[in-house]
Amino acid sequence: MLSRVANSLYWLNRHIERAENIARVINANLNFILDSEIRKAEQWEPLIRVTGESARFFEKYREITKENVIQFLLFDEQYYSSILSCISMARENATTVREIINIEMWEQINKFYLLVKNCSHRRLSINSMSGFLEEIKNNCHVFFGIQDATLSRGESWHFGHLGQFIERADQTSRIIDIKYFHILPENIQVGSNYDILQWASVLKSASGFEMYTKKYKSIKPDKIIEFLIFDKEFPRSLNYCLREANNCLHAISASSTDSYANRPEQSLGALKSELAYSDINTIINIGLHEFFDSFQLKLIGINQDIYNKYFDIS
Amino acid sequence: MNFNNYKTELFYDEYFLDNNTCREAVSLVVDKINRLEKGELLSRQKAAEKAFLNLGITFNVYSSKDGREKIFPFDIVPRVISSEEWQIIENGLKQRITALNLFIDDVYKGQKILKDKIIPEDVVCSSEAYRSICKELAPPKGIWCHVTGTDLIRGDDGQFYVLEDNLRCPSGISYVLEGRQVTKKTFPQLFESLKVRPIEDYPAHLFNMLNHISGKNSESPTVCVLTPGVYNSAYFEHSFLARQMGVELVEGRDLVVENKFVYMKTTKGLQRVDVLYRRIDDDFIDPKVFREDSLLGVPGIVDAYKAGNIALANAPGTGIADDKAIYSYVPEIIKYYLGEEPIIPNVPTYVCSDPKNLKYVINNIDRLVVKPVDGSGGYGMIIGPRSTKGQQKEFIEKIRANPRKYIAQPTISLSRVPVIARRKFEGRHVDLRPYIIYGEDIKVIPGGLTRVAFKKNSLVVNSSQGGGSKDTWVLSNGNYTGEENA
Repeated sequence: MLSRVANSLYWLNRHIERAENIARVINANLNFILDSEIRKAEQWEPLIRVTGESARFFEKYREITKENVIQFLLFDEQYYSSILSCISMARENATTVREIINIEMWEQINKFYLLVKNCSHRRLSINSMSGFLEEIKNNCHVFFGIQDATLSRGESWHFGHLGQFIERADQTSRIIDIKYFHILPENIQVGSNYDILQWASVLKSASGFEMYTKKYKSIKPDKIIEFLIFDKEFPRSLNYCLREANNCLHAISASSTDSYANRPEQSLGALKSELAYSDINTIINIGLHEFFDSFQLKLIGINQDIYNKYFDIS
Repeated sequence: MNFNNYKTELFYDEYFLDNNTCREAVSLVVDKINRLEKGELLSRQKAAEKAFLNLGITFNVYSSKDGREKIFPFDIVPRVISSEEWQIIENGLKQRITALNLFIDDVYKGQKILKDKIIPEDVVCSSEAYRSICKELAPPKGIWCHVTGTDLIRGDDGQFYVLEDNLRCPSGISYVLEGRQVTKKTFPQLFESLKVRPIEDYPAHLFNMLNHISGKNSESPTVCVLTPGVYNSAYFEHSFLARQMGVELVEGRDLVVENKFVYMKTTKGLQRVDVLYRRIDDDFIDPKVFREDSLLGVPGIVDAYKAGNIALANAPGTGIADDKAIYSYVPEIIKYYLGEEPIIPNVPTYVCSDPKNLKYVINNIDRLVVKPVDGSGGYGMIIGPRSTKGQQKEFIEKIRANPRKYIAQPTISLSRVPVIARRKFEGRHVDLRPYIIYGEDIKVIPGGLTRVAFKKNSLVVNSSQGGGSKDTWVLSNGNYTGEENA
């Protein structure tokens, strides 16, 4: 497969996965704020901080308001990770690999792009906002559904799937990190109703509320963290994502998962093992935020290794 | 919506002989449309437009401000060509391409035609499309122009004329094939009862031709389509053809030349390429040979071509035969190489490098169309009757400054076909670009791109200037069994 094509498939999947996660985070936050007694603009701040792009936000918007945050995350064309940017980049990626993917995948992305682009010109009310975010999520699911149902499990699919799960690992780590930036209002204690609502919102952001409750019944922060990092079966946990990504890398090089055959397999394998031999207490000792910071940096390193090995062979 | 109030307005109309009598070939179509329920045709037109939008059947306009992509306008009412009319076109095109291929081969080898003074030597050698480097090149199997899209127009007399030979990288076939998908869904019964000749085998013919021209020793050669990239106006088509043929679509940056072999960069390392259907012009294909500033091409690819390690379709240098000054000599070219009279005539053409012609053109510019010899897309030309005195004066200066660069032709009133204009039918001018593939033999795809000047009274059919398209239905005669394109 052409290196340039592999790169496009990888990023096509990353962009769609990213858009889906952002839509879910915004929607979960909308719900959380409706439920909470304190409806303050500050509740939107963590969503900006967790992007690591606060400076970019404040260049353009004077203050944190619900409207500004949503505009930034949804439709800002200058912000590379807004949903609109993600979908239009995904469409560009898809355009450059049109002859590789099938027509249904292309049509789905094209329709999806036209939907988001058209909505970016309109002001959405809260009611329609929630529906719109649902629609984004569904369109992402439809894309992955078509891909999974129709694309042969060759290199194309593996590079795409690799991109999807590297992105998902990154997004899940950021979703848990949102909680770190959530400041508990004065006089409200850890373990209070308010705290529980926040944690439930984290789970919902990761689409994990129901799966978690089935397993653990009650909302306990350490269990939630454990679930989102270590769970072997939940398809958005860090552990699961790294395992999927690792399998893809080995399928691409046709090598055994026991060892590594190249640099990206080495660095991804190392991170996967680090998680596998860790536990929730170790992570809490390191500090949750510090752990995610370092996790995200390692993912960036893996991404670079994939690029050097497969996408830039000159 | 029906044809009851349709006006032919003194033009040659391909549907109606006069306001009340329709031509035989279209009688079933007219009948069908007249019998559709109210609103039905419009809703089918809307459905077709939606299909084009969702499929992303678009083209890029370089100067457009609101994003690069435009939907390619499409009118669902087909243009119909009878089997008798088509037979003449097909024979004429085969004749023309055979002669032009012999001409290119001669120009780069013995130049017999110049020595015999059929064409003045300086007309050939002064052409910007003449590539002296091609004297050292011998394309595989002696084929230079593998894919041609000849522009035909139909005058007031109903006669088809050749307007332009496009022998470099003619585009548009993807719109033809996608348009066909749409009209088949739009008029399924009509399609069946008229026995419209199929065109879906175009990609297969293209692929066979590319295999045919591959070099010495590879039984199943690696074929790729070479595109300038996603920002090119015909990118959709490049990717469409690669997909239809099941081959890689590569950009210049995906390729590298080592030891005079061409390789593509893949996730498994370098992989040899044998044949390129290249959709990049000569000028840009190899910065080591042609334009140094080209970022689109592949440095060293001409060396690999010279060594016989890569086949290129079309061959470098074919542009010489679609120089518009050379065009005026094509009837002589056909006579010289084949000893035949041209089956499809040229439009009378005044080559401005001839002083007598130059004088005539300057004195009659208000009645002529003047075009640059190397232009395309309808840019840089003037339509005499549609221009102001000032524009004419300005253009005369341009011609005087560089007469070799211009040719002139009488304004021919293009034939018309009805289109859906709001809620009624109106006539619009059309041309026709059939596609010809030259491989083991010469195949003319029945039909081609009918380009429509959608603006009322406009004669400019280029997509960049308000043009669109229609499907072209070539009818099979009673004896047609489908064998020819099986």
